Amino acid sequence: MNATPKIRLRDVRKSFGSKRVLAGIDLDIAKGESVVVIGGSGTGKSVMIKSIIGIILADSGVIEVDGQDVTQVPASQRDEVNRKFGMLFQGGALFDSLPVWENVAFGVIQREHIGRKQAKDRAIETLAKVGLSADVAELSPSELSGGMQKRVGLARAIAGEPEIVFFDEPTTGLDPIMADVINDLIISVVKKQGITALSITHDMHSARKIADRITMLYEGKLIWDGPAGTVDNSGNPYVQQFVNGAAEGPIKMQVRR
Amino acid sequence: MNFLALIGSVVLAFLGHLGRLTIFTATALSHCVRPPLYPRHIGRQMIDIGYYSLPVVGLTAIFSGMVLALQSYTGFARFAAGSETAVANVVIISLTRELGPVLAGLMVAGRIGASMAAEIGTMRVTEQIDALTTLSTNPFKYLVVPRLIAGLLMLPALVLVADIIGVFGGFVVSVYKLGFNPAAYITNSYDMLEPLDVISGLVKAAVFGFLIALMGCYAGYHSKGGAQGVGAATTNAVVSSSILILTFNYIITELFFGT
Ligand SMILES: Nc1ncnc2c1ncn2[C@@H]1O[C@H](COP(=O)(O)OP(=O)(O)O)[C@@H](O)[C@H]1O
Ligand SMILES: [Mg+2]
Repeated sequence: MNATPKIRLRDVRKSFGSKRVLAGIDLDIAKGESVVVIGGSGTGKSVMIKSIIGIILADSGVIEVDGQDVTQVPASQRDEVNRKFGMLFQGGALFDSLPVWENVAFGVIQREHIGRKQAKDRAIETLAKVGLSADVAELSPSELSGGMQKRVGLARAIAGEPEIVFFDEPTTGLDPIMADVINDLIISVVKKQGITALSITHDMHSARKIADRITMLYEGKLIWDGPAGTVDNSGNPYVQQFVNGAAEGPIKMQVRR
Repeated sequence: MNFLALIGSVVLAFLGHLGRLTIFTATALSHCVRPPLYPRHIGRQMIDIGYYSLPVVGLTAIFSGMVLALQSYTGFARFAAGSETAVANVVIISLTRELGPVLAGLMVAGRIGASMAAEIGTMRVTEQIDALTTLSTNPFKYLVVPRLIAGLLMLPALVLVADIIGVFGGFVVSVYKLGFNPAAYITNSYDMLEPLDVISGLVKAAVFGFLIALMGCYAGYHSKGGAQGVGAATTNAVVSSSILILTFNYIITELFFGT
């Protein structure tokens, strides 16, 4: 790889009090690549993504986006960086005080100061991309099913035409069919448009489907990294245990605290 | 040894809170004076705080005015039989200086402080606040500043209304129950009233309104850990703003009237 990676992490560390969550993350993501981070619940997958976006400040390490170290960017210019990002949050994180269309158009309204009528048209266009009709636009997020909320969240994430989209457990909590619909949508809106994607999940079916490359987070480090097709023959006992969903293996679940 | 450790950890926790609150306040204030502001949000909050608090503040005020008239009449009867002038004066001065702002402040703290903490706290634990940041929106500007401004502006308005309703309550009891002369009661009320009585009350109200919104936003913003965390944030907001209201009430009184 000689081109500058879209995202480059070097030795990123983060602790909360005495609890070490990220213990030196190294990761390169090329432009247009779709990388999926797998790992158990509470291993710090969300913390990793939030450090890149700047919602959580890493304790140390380098986080580069297009070759620019974003940890050194002053707060006043941070927004320039954030415009490149879109994020689908784990629980959707839709604004429940606003109708669906305002959720989708939120970032566009903030950035481009366009009129409400125009913003609404844009929102309806974006909703169509995730397979939702214009009727949904006026509803409140609380009136939507879980799958529809994810789709609206996805629409909101891509409405600002980001270069990089982060997906935090996009299929968690959905039935298998809806989960696959979301997988297909991710592929259609992200991969086909050349958007760089970093997803985190513990759903192996989803990971195999949307990833070009899979990497596994365990005890604060990325312990394995390889093309999506090789995840089943990784030769790494931790990955093997995770992929097969076995209780027996090197990963010991803390059942009791 | 353990006892000392306990004291130490309590002191540290308190200092930690104080530090976070100071940073929170400074950040919020710095965003109050930098565009963009969100007029629509300020308007919505003003309606929430001002208009929808009217019934509860009005009821509090009218009963306070009524009981003040009754209490001061029976109380004064012990040494200066049935002083009509004194009753009217006591009612209007206690209301404008003290009871109007303090009671309205405490009622609004329960109503608005709690709901702010619950709303912002829920947004925190459901990652909506994180989502704002990713959508080029500063959560301080979008959530905190409109509430602070609305609190600061609307509480004085509420207190002004409360003063009037409270005086009316005193008037009703004095005239219909105690048999005072209505015209004399009104003249007595306004003759003794000084502008500073009302102004000090309104200044208090503005400070209380700011404190209520500040503590509501702060508790919500720093809440964590799901529904339980939001519940705790709500309680913290109400308790801390009530204590601050009573503390600042003394401080402001001292500044205005202390010799
Ligand atoms: N803001 C925070 N403050 C303290 N601890 C946190 C915070 N965010 C996450 N953690 C802790 O970091 C660990 C990893 O969390 P997270 O990244 O959400 O896990 P997951 O891999 O399931 O997404 C958890 O143990 C969590 O308690
Ligand atoms: Mg997570």
